[in-house]
Amino acid sequence: MKISVTVNGTVHESDVEPRTLLVHYIREALALTGTNIGCDTSSCGACSVHIDGEAVKSCTVLAVQADGAQVTTIEGMATDGVLHPMQQAFMENHGLQCGYCTPGMVMAATSLLKENPHPSEEEVRIGLEGNLCRCTGYHNIVKSVLACAAGD
Amino acid sequence: MTVIDDRPATVLGSRMLRREDPALLTGEAKYTNDLNLPGALHLALARSPYAHARILSVDLSAALAAPGVVAAYSGADLTGLWAAPMPCAWPVTADMKNPAHYPVAVGKAAYVGDAVAVVLATSEVAARDAIELIDVQYEPLPAVVDLEDALSDRIVIHDELGTNKSYQWDLKIEGHDGAIDEAFAAAAYTVKDRYIQQRLLPMAMEPRAVAAVPQPFGGDITLYSSTQVPHILKIMSAITLGIPEHQLRVTTPAVGGGFGSKLNVYAEELLCLALARKHKLPVRWNEERGENAVATIHGRGQIQDMELAADADGKIIAVRVRILGDMGAYLQLVTPGIPILGAFLYAGVYDIPMYDFSCTSVFTTLTPTDAYRGAGRPEATYAIERAVDSLAHKMGIDPMDLRERNFIRKDQFPYTAMTGLTYDSGDHLAAAQMAAGLADYAGVRARQATQNVPGATKRLGIGQASYFEMCGLAPSRVLASLNYSAGGWEAATVRVLPTNKIQVVTGTAPHGQGHETSWSMIVADKLGVAPEDIDVLHSDTAIAPLGLDTYGSRSLAVGGVAIAMACDKVIDKAKKIAAHQLEANEDDLEFAGGAFTVKGSPDKSMPLAAIAFAAFTAHDLPDGLEPNLEAHVTYDPPNFSWPFGTHICTVEVDVETGHVKVLQYVAVDDCGTQVNPMIVEGQVHGGVIQGLAQALFEVAEYDTDGNLRNASLAEYLVPAASDVPSLTLGHTITPSPTNQLGVKGIGEAGTIGAAPAVINAIVDALSGLGVDDVLMPASPQTVWATIQAAIPKTPSNGDSK
Repeated sequence: MKISVTVNGTVHESDVEPRTLLVHYIREALALTGTNIGCDTSSCGACSVHIDGEAVKSCTVLAVQADGAQVTTIEGMATDGVLHPMQQAFMENHGLQCGYCTPGMVMAATSLLKENPHPSEEEVRIGLEGNLCRCTGYHNIVKSVLACAAGD
Repeated sequence: MTVIDDRPATVLGSRMLRREDPALLTGEAKYTNDLNLPGALHLALARSPYAHARILSVDLSAALAAPGVVAAYSGADLTGLWAAPMPCAWPVTADMKNPAHYPVAVGKAAYVGDAVAVVLATSEVAARDAIELIDVQYEPLPAVVDLEDALSDRIVIHDELGTNKSYQWDLKIEGHDGAIDEAFAAAAYTVKDRYIQQRLLPMAMEPRAVAAVPQPFGGDITLYSSTQVPHILKIMSAITLGIPEHQLRVTTPAVGGGFGSKLNVYAEELLCLALARKHKLPVRWNEERGENAVATIHGRGQIQDMELAADADGKIIAVRVRILGDMGAYLQLVTPGIPILGAFLYAGVYDIPMYDFSCTSVFTTLTPTDAYRGAGRPEATYAIERAVDSLAHKMGIDPMDLRERNFIRKDQFPYTAMTGLTYDSGDHLAAAQMAAGLADYAGVRARQATQNVPGATKRLGIGQASYFEMCGLAPSRVLASLNYSAGGWEAATVRVLPTNKIQVVTGTAPHGQGHETSWSMIVADKLGVAPEDIDVLHSDTAIAPLGLDTYGSRSLAVGGVAIAMACDKVIDKAKKIAAHQLEANEDDLEFAGGAFTVKGSPDKSMPLAAIAFAAFTAHDLPDGLEPNLEAHVTYDPPNFSWPFGTHICTVEVDVETGHVKVLQYVAVDDCGTQVNPMIVEGQVHGGVIQGLAQALFEVAEYDTDGNLRNASLAEYLVPAASDVPSLTLGHTITPSPTNQLGVKGIGEAGTIGAAPAVINAIVDALSGLGVDDVLMPASPQTVWATIQAAIPKTPSNGDSK
């Protein structure tokens, strides 16, 4: 099927198999491998991207469903060589270790702050419950998101 | 003349941000399955749906006819590719039973997930689709899931062994045998408890991924793998496949966590290598999460029978431990050694004169076990720390008080334990007191008195665990005494380039720990150069040919120290050049701030940059000095390092639902000198939550047929942010006297302290209801059922209407 998807500001016209998941389309057809795959049950959130500004697990969406959409992946977050404030907050607060969950975590966290610009710690924890991390124990991820919200 | 240096006095000890982060945060970092390998064949594996079954036939014809399929093989088809069975590097006893283990099973499948056939296809989808077309006929045999059932040999799994018992390993102290029985007989108090270390799934967020890229005419082959151990993998692959070691390069792109699960040599790595050579094409494999749950090693899996004897004052005089260890179906790389890594730690942080440890390990028809964060040491710490609480309860004294009576005192270090090992340094009382202060221990005890009244539905509990971590693996001679097949040294090269930029080559293999940042800090401090002028090279056997990789909290205490020593050698050599060019005596030179200065003549100085360039031009070097400025060190540590600490957990248990709410978690850890406190804290955070997850959430749930019932992240409860608390950390700093940096290691400490602290807190909350133990994971069902079983059958108890 023919689709037209705008990814990180670039329009891509592609012919995809109907069964292709958005995550596979992003990784394989567009070679944007920053979006990681951590499970096969839509549990881990490592593949989170933004579709029309909202965080979505890209393994829960078919590529054809993204036809006409604006998709942002982790590669689209830093602009002109400057990290996005959420990326900067993760770096400054040691919110990542192995980095595998990090792209999804950053996408989920930016979407969370768009909905709720000044969340409590509890709201951050609940807001990120769809994204698993095995390294950080979440302590510094939560700290990163709160710091970003506070504009630190 | 005063040299103005605006760097902090020392880089070491600062909270320097990680240089690894920008690439990881932007998606620029490449993990193994991100690699673009044109023309690669994709491997997929057919796995046994039975825990124990004879393989009667494997029909590959339909798979071979499927679109995109290039080849398909049964286990029997592949036997010619293996020069040796898959490696087990730790034959803990001379008579240890070790069944021959091949990447694809022949004759028999011994666990659900055991590979029985493979397909190579032109795409991953085609390979996986074709797997469904393989027709394997099985004769199912009974599963062996229970450890004591396994030991009974009612059903023998490996016919050729004639038994399920792999080994018995004893740590007997000469002269203790009879004396220990007498001590138990005469003791004022004894405790005898059984603890269960449930099986855990490591669940690194990046599943495993492998790619082998041959150079058919050149003869070399490169293996990319998501592994913690590129160097060990290279040696073991060379032996197992008969590949000349010098023609094999192993390299790891970014690695998405390991926790011990990637400290191994796996079937898929050997298959990709062997089939890439056979087909003269790149072969790659990406693990799916469901495969990861059954085909990547599991952790823990022990039954612990723990006994303490104490005198009337609560002074513990003897420990007796009997372990029944679950090896799973086969011995992977260090499977049999895991319980042995804990064998020395069942006396915990206490001054206990008598010790008797024995471990018997058995095969089951389950996924092989192996190293998982802490590897033997969390299990040991759990047993002693639970038993100490049991003893305190029996004596009617506060567990904190009992611990203080038994701690090895600060003035006893270095302390040689009855097991023969020497603990380098420690101050358990200071760590415990700091933790008690941060946790408001006395305040919680006071609140308990008012809250935990008869009929209370929310009961407050506080639990402590004090631990030692035996890490910095390891002195090679000690490993030899434990029958480990390799050494425990680490290699480092420090190379000053002509323009005074530094290359550091390390044999450690980071996968989230931030070695590039920390190692550059060590070198910056030693050589007086800016950290950004230092590059750290690792995880590629073509660049860093020597090393023993990253596991066992060893990287800093062995690899980091090797780097510091290499810096010393660089300075020594640089000093010769400086002395020559300054026409000074070497003894009159001092090195500070990146320059040599003649003592008493501050205007006579030569910066490292000038020396590096002089070494490069070689125009004017001392006679006989080789024209380079680099040094190589291979460091074999003289001792393990012994981090320690105290964790205190405060919980509220809902008696009506069994739900446990963690109110506060305090961790006071002492890892000696801290290179980067930010990274230390991150390691503790992650470790604590992994240990807390063992206590509250995680278990590999097997049914009696040996099926893993929660083989996905939808069912296996890796905690989310909403499931766990923020943590309160404290640190004491007691440098190790055995290395120049004073460092000890911190990777596993959090995991070691957490599980017993959490369970002690839950038991403490419920002790007024007659509960004296709670199985892990302490899920609401388990806690509720435990309370119900403990409540005497009197209708009014606990009823507060």
